[in-house]
Amino acid sequence: MIKRSFFKSKYLPYLLILPQMLVTLTFFYWPAIQGIIQSFLLSDPFGRQSKFVWFYNYIELFTDPLYLKSIFTTLVFSIAVASVSISLGLFIASMANRALRAKALVRTMLIWPYAVAPAISGIMWLFLLHPSYGVVALAIKKWLGVDWNPVLYGSDAMVMIVMASAWKQVSYNFVFFMAGLQAVPKSLIEAAAIDGASPFKRFWYITFPLLSPTFFFLTVMNIIYSFFETFGIIHTVTQGGPGGSTNILVYKVYQDGFVGLNLGSSSAQSVVLMSLIIVITFLQFKFVEKKVQYGG
Amino acid sequence: MKLRKLSVILIIALGIAFPAAVFAKPITINWWHAQRSARGEVVKNMINEFNASQSDYEVVGTFKGNYDETMNAGVAAFRAKKQPHLLQVFEVGTQTMMLSGAVYPVFKLMKDMGYDVDWSRYLQAVLSYYMNADGNLMSMPFNSSTPIMYYNVDMFKKAGIAPLSKSTPVTWDEMGEITKKLVSGGIAPAGLVTGWQSWTQIENYSAIHNIPFASKANGYEGLDCELMINNPQVVNHITRLKTWADDKRFMYGGQKYQGPKSEFIAQNAAIYIDSISGIAKLKKAVKDFKWDTAPLPVEAGTAKPQNSIIGGASNWVLNGHSKAEYKGVAAFLKFLASNKMQEYWHMETGYFPITIDSYESLKAKGYYAANPFQEVGINQLNRAIPTKISRGLRLGYFVQIRNIINEELELVWNGKKSPQKALNDAVARSNVQLRTFEKTYK
Amino acid sequence: MVEKTPLLDFFTYAFLMLGIFIVGFPIIYSLIAATLPLEEVSKVPMPLIPGDQFMVNMKEAWSRGDLGTQIMNSFIMASGITFGKIVVSMIGAFSIVYFDYKFRVVAFASVFCTLMLPVEVRILPTYEMAANVLSPLQAIWDLLHLNGLVSWFSGNDISVTLNWSLLDSYSGLVFPLIASATCTFLFRQFFLTVPEELCEAAKMDGASPMTFFRKILFPLSKTNIAALVVIEFVYGYNQYLWPLLVTTNPKMTTAVIGLQNLIPQADDLPEWNLALGAAVLVMLPPVLVVLFMQRWFVKGLIEKEK
Repeated sequence: MIKRSFFKSKYLPYLLILPQMLVTLTFFYWPAIQGIIQSFLLSDPFGRQSKFVWFYNYIELFTDPLYLKSIFTTLVFSIAVASVSISLGLFIASMANRALRAKALVRTMLIWPYAVAPAISGIMWLFLLHPSYGVVALAIKKWLGVDWNPVLYGSDAMVMIVMASAWKQVSYNFVFFMAGLQAVPKSLIEAAAIDGASPFKRFWYITFPLLSPTFFFLTVMNIIYSFFETFGIIHTVTQGGPGGSTNILVYKVYQDGFVGLNLGSSSAQSVVLMSLIIVITFLQFKFVEKKVQYGG
Repeated sequence: MKLRKLSVILIIALGIAFPAAVFAKPITINWWHAQRSARGEVVKNMINEFNASQSDYEVVGTFKGNYDETMNAGVAAFRAKKQPHLLQVFEVGTQTMMLSGAVYPVFKLMKDMGYDVDWSRYLQAVLSYYMNADGNLMSMPFNSSTPIMYYNVDMFKKAGIAPLSKSTPVTWDEMGEITKKLVSGGIAPAGLVTGWQSWTQIENYSAIHNIPFASKANGYEGLDCELMINNPQVVNHITRLKTWADDKRFMYGGQKYQGPKSEFIAQNAAIYIDSISGIAKLKKAVKDFKWDTAPLPVEAGTAKPQNSIIGGASNWVLNGHSKAEYKGVAAFLKFLASNKMQEYWHMETGYFPITIDSYESLKAKGYYAANPFQEVGINQLNRAIPTKISRGLRLGYFVQIRNIINEELELVWNGKKSPQKALNDAVARSNVQLRTFEKTYK
Repeated sequence: MVEKTPLLDFFTYAFLMLGIFIVGFPIIYSLIAATLPLEEVSKVPMPLIPGDQFMVNMKEAWSRGDLGTQIMNSFIMASGITFGKIVVSMIGAFSIVYFDYKFRVVAFASVFCTLMLPVEVRILPTYEMAANVLSPLQAIWDLLHLNGLVSWFSGNDISVTLNWSLLDSYSGLVFPLIASATCTFLFRQFFLTVPEELCEAAKMDGASPMTFFRKILFPLSKTNIAALVVIEFVYGYNQYLWPLLVTTNPKMTTAVIGLQNLIPQADDLPEWNLALGAAVLVMLPPVLVVLFMQRWFVKGLIEKEK
């Protein structure tokens, strides 16, 4: 993996890596350290006094039923987003893969929502599901007989943000599944067909297992997406309500830190999130390593 | 220049945060505020008028986003030592500002700059919200409002209900009858909606009935205060609203988007409780029915209802500027409190005039005779001398506490919790916030 | 197709059409809403036949939302992030792959550690950092009591304050988001696949490292760069939390944040036609970039996985 051929220069390599190091140190390491320190402090927003309080902020956090509820909400939300968008993405991709004609056109028609900002997706779905104007809300009320009201009912609000978040993500998943499907060896499929396996069986026993690395990768990416990038959707659509039912972790960091000015608690929450994502990354790399071994 | 306190400040300014006018001829006074669109225009006009009226100072007003964004910008700027002279902060941020050590108290500023202000000529219920425990004014009230009741006159007529008095409040029992007539008669889809539920249904309900919202005189007398809203009266009130919600006499309108105001405008609800600052917007938006205003309802048997409390924002003078600049700040505050400005502000936005003089001047001009609904709020605010309980609320992390109350109330409306349980939880959760806040400042 | 399955084929196309319709529905609906006058758009249900108010609504949204300024800001931010990230990470990866020096492993490891951490998890301290980028230096200065030293040296009571605020500036919008390891990682992977002979040959010819970079490595990387341009442009343009915090001056607001002001609030008239018209307009630049550079974009996305 490592190159054996190198250039020799005394200062150049340092000069070249300098911008990257500067940016990483100033905007990653320094803030990260500051955040960790801050999470052990209680300080007033104006920064005149701060007090070292050991794990007070963490204890408060994990004894706060609301925070525990927020963790639960985040899990429900991210699992819902991941499963809806992955299954739809896979479904559409396998359909598109069958359609030999117009593959490029289909891809073009499906790819663009990737470029739509989460907040904008939120605005559009807010209108579709608006309790008094939304056409989809109207359909739900009329055909399903549900008393649709995301302003009042937490579960309705959750459905609303899941729709807005998953919609945008379908195209992302679609692109990966398309690539994965095209990489499945034609010979395998043909051999199975000669043996009389139906298209569904072929998909289930051959294609699907071969897609599993993609599947795992997308699960991780979708969960990370729903943990962080959906902030814009929450902020435009529900602001965490009603009754805190859509208050996911990253939104709570913002609310407590920037609206409520409770710096200690907000920092502790950031540290928790940071640890969480380190664990996820670690798991993912462990998996990727496995894949490499499998391939080699 | 005193060499004793010479400071060398290296500022590398890449941003365009300050169009560096520090040494320009008229002294620049920066004012960061949160007034946008129509109100923003009114603010701009007031600033222009001040700048045109003299040549020593130039006030530069900057819109910094909504209330929490503006406060945040102020805090960040203070930490970076680039704070404006004046910062508009919403009422829930009052405690944080008072304890910040970053402010120049307004009563002191006016005295230091040689203005002899007769504070007794101001609306006391407004001032008391921004006074410290010694009764000294810490910040200058700017936009102050109080909740009142709006009702659909046409619907009332149809239901055969007499118009409500503008001075004597109806009782909640009567409200029950009225809303029943409206809803069961099929005249209105729902009876009552309310905006800002924590502010109107708990904070103001408590003040009007002189029920403590929190211990230690609602937090004025100590950081070790605790919330007390799980008392029988408030629980009873919320239970009543919940029962009404079940037969459509009350309707929860949400906090945003499908707001309570649009329900009233769309005639989905016949009665609407919200800030008096909504008058201007209702005047514009309501075309197809007549509406009027009335004071907030009280419990039957309340001999003398207390004043309601205010909401809105005040202007804080921040530390760290020169005396010459503070002279300009004082002059500007004085200017804003003048009759002319207060009358203009009140007429354009519906917010209170903060001095008694401007109120009386408007009255003398016959403004209230022509616009009787504008006076309801002022009378409700002035009908009693504020007690220790009705003068206001002084809580740390009030933003979070309001959120908690909103959340818990929403859980009552959607049937997840009983009113008693929800209010107990609200108190317990708020107390945790209050303890953290206390710990920070002790 | 391996065998003839007319029924399945029919369903394939039917489902595909349905899928495309569902994916496209929000935008079709928004576009229709943008053509209607206020009375029509607030009808329940909203009519599905486009009206003739499109230009009127767009003009109104454009001026009320100050979209010209905001889209410009978004564009500057997105381009800045894209350009910055690619330049910084490309030369960084070049240094890591093509030079052998002590610091190399440390540098790579420290950059690598930041791989998956989005700005959202360190948002508060990053904001403080942006409020004064020199705060680390100030902290060191204060720690060493250099003020005392300077005062003693000059004989005056001098205090030095180091201050450089990025709030409400393009640099503030761009710099903190350049800090990301993904691109560096990608370029490193790519450079490792470049045949070693090229480097050997260049050295033989006596070419300097920078000449090698310019003449050989850069042309080879063109597709990778194109792919990253698309991905990072979309990433930068669609940022939400960071611009929300770092800019408060309306003249610096980005388009995605500015749209918030057009969403009808409780107090306002339900002017969804304006809000949705503006939303469609604001999403256009990144959508166009993705559509027109589709080939590179797909390649880039997949590449990022590896």
